[in-house]
Amino acid sequence: MGRGSCSDLVLWRICGHDYAMNVVVCVKQIPDPAIPGQLDPQTNFLKREGKLILDDSDAYGVEMALQLVDAAGGGEVTLVSMAPNNEASGLRTALAMGAAKAVLVSDPALAGADALTTAKVLAGAIDRVKPDLVLTATEATDGYTGTLPEQIAGLLNFPSITFAKKIEISGTTVKVDRQTEAGYDEVEAPMPAVVSVTAGVVEPRYPSFKGIMAAKSKPVDELTAADLGITPGTGQQIVSVIAAEARQAGEIIEDDGEGYLKIIEFLEQQKVL
Amino acid sequence: MSLDKIWVFAEDAGDKVSTGTLELVTKARSLGGVVEAFYAGTNASAVAAELGNFGVSKLYTVDAGGSLLGVPVASAMAGQIEGGNKPDAIMFATSYDGRDVLGRLSVKLDRSVLTNNIDISVDGGQVKVDEAIFGGATLVTSTFTGDAPHLVSFRPKSFTAEAGGSTTAEVIAASVSEAGQAKIVARHVEEREGPVLDEAALVVSGGRGLGDADKYSMIEDLAKLLNGAPGASRAIVDAGWVPYSYQVGQTGKVVKPDIYIAAGISGATQHMVGMKGSKTIIAINKDAEAPIFSIADLGIVGDVHKVLPQLIDAIKGR
Ligand SMILES: Cc1cc2nc3c(=O)[nH]c(=O)nc-3n(C[C@H](O)[C@H](O)[C@H](O)COP(=O)(O)OP(=O)(O)OC[C@H]3O[C@@H](n4cnc5c(N)ncnc54)[C@H](O)[C@@H]3O)c2cc1C
Ligand SMILES: Nc1ncnc2c1ncn2[C@@H]1O[C@H](COP(=O)(O)O)[C@@H](O)[C@H]1O
Repeated sequence: MGRGSCSDLVLWRICGHDYAMNVVVCVKQIPDPAIPGQLDPQTNFLKREGKLILDDSDAYGVEMALQLVDAAGGGEVTLVSMAPNNEASGLRTALAMGAAKAVLVSDPALAGADALTTAKVLAGAIDRVKPDLVLTATEATDGYTGTLPEQIAGLLNFPSITFAKKIEISGTTVKVDRQTEAGYDEVEAPMPAVVSVTAGVVEPRYPSFKGIMAAKSKPVDELTAADLGITPGTGQQIVSVIAAEARQAGEIIEDDGEGYLKIIEFLEQQKVL
Repeated sequence: MSLDKIWVFAEDAGDKVSTGTLELVTKARSLGGVVEAFYAGTNASAVAAELGNFGVSKLYTVDAGGSLLGVPVASAMAGQIEGGNKPDAIMFATSYDGRDVLGRLSVKLDRSVLTNNIDISVDGGQVKVDEAIFGGATLVTSTFTGDAPHLVSFRPKSFTAEAGGSTTAEVIAASVSEAGQAKIVARHVEEREGPVLDEAALVVSGGRGLGDADKYSMIEDLAKLLNGAPGASRAIVDAGWVPYSYQVGQTGKVVKPDIYIAAGISGATQHMVGMKGSKTIIAINKDAEAPIFSIADLGIVGDVHKVLPQLIDAIKGR
């Protein structure tokens, strides 16, 4: 999409830009959240061995990107992911939804990378694609640091709009309804920009059989930290992991038609009634 | 390493600072050093007086020029630090704007962040923060290996706000070298009646077990009868039954009422982190194995469509 002075839609068309809109979606591949998480007793890092899946939260970004490219009438969706062991099964899911290609950064030296290092890796990979728009989720399901979108934007020197409930593109401007404590704000920024999307912003499609077959041969570009000129590191350290005091269960009763009376009694004891 | 000077990102909650800000400055003050705040909202003089009562000595005001706060506030903080005014730690709430400023600042200062904490301490010359993971079952303590300022964020309600101090904070306009490009063009406020969800003494939350959007009215009726606030699991927020502002949990509100009633909610870890600090918990779920029962003081294994109407009628009849 157009850059520079051709900032309104009419000018942008006159300036000879095509309608192509290239969107990068950051997708995290995570251990199945249905299986209880575990920390590695040696390193205290979250265990990430075995098959990884596409973080559900990122399916919204993938769907949003596909819809925006569709609306622009051209362009493509590129996935960017950092994961151990060149793990690509989550990427295949997103490719099956319709993304065109993926960049995967995998490097043993990145195990236990902190959020800023992860952001440097993702920003480095994104920079190679030169997108008009970068989408992320608001936080990852497994680690939920929640700062990656803004860190990526800072590193790329892009404006950013976090917590999007709705996204619209107008010329070279991205318009977002941003979730707030009180309701929502309408926010606009020039592209290229980073936008983090909330769950439920769109309804992610299920990959079709055709999509799943096509995904098998879509290109996944594999890179290491060194390819991006990044020295892996971390600025933090876990010093202890302990079991928190558990809350005890109280009285559990089967409703026999009079269970509500138990609640009334409880509320009376608590002086609410 | 000690925490001789701490900065707190103070947030605007409509002409006054947010409760979360007061929680943070209370904790910062307890660590013994100087506490200063950055504020990009309206009514700075009233805020300076209020924060002064909480022990804040300086209030740096930031003119965000109508943009989102990430870039301008981070730029104001980084500017002060470059000029030699350097704190040992900067504290943020895990909020929309708090996360934005924290992320931008981490890049500007090239510093690691530790987020979602519930406590901070200085121990053996190290600054340590605690994070509760796996729905609160495990407590992880971390420290920074790099130089100060350490960038940390905290879950809402990690600390109890308490006044302490009796001066008005000195107001200083901090210069902003980089203006934000993401402009706010309109604001929308969702109207709500009754007590505020994260401040109510009683909360009644409904989940997917209600079966249908219409059935949420039972939750609202019960909340009203008990003078509480209605809440929700994310499942029914995502389904569009109720607005996002009703959501309780990791990505919603953290509530700590005297009584929390969960109806038709399974008790996913992401829901539990938002309500397990409640003084007492009542759960209604038809599945005896639902995880919510493991933290309930009173659990009714039953159908919400039977129990809730009976309960509502019985209370109405009193
Ligand atoms: C990154 C991330 C963040 C998240 N943040 C949050 C968050 O902030 N808050 C949140 O709530 N969730 C959050 N979730 C989602 C969470 O994992 C669960 O999916 C969600 O809490 C489930 O909502 P629920 O309990 O209403 O639905 P379900 O898990 O589907 O549970 C419905 C329950 O209702 C019971 N039920 C069914 N019919 C009846 C009946 N007739 N009578 C009585 N009981 C009945 C069932 O037995 C079941 O236990 C998050 C998830 C992720 C990945
Ligand atoms: N390793 C990763 N690979 C790709 N995207 C990521 C990765 N980690 C985080 N992200 C993206 O950044 C968002 C916020 O992550 P976080 O700040 O870690 O909670 C996630 O929801 C993803 O969209």
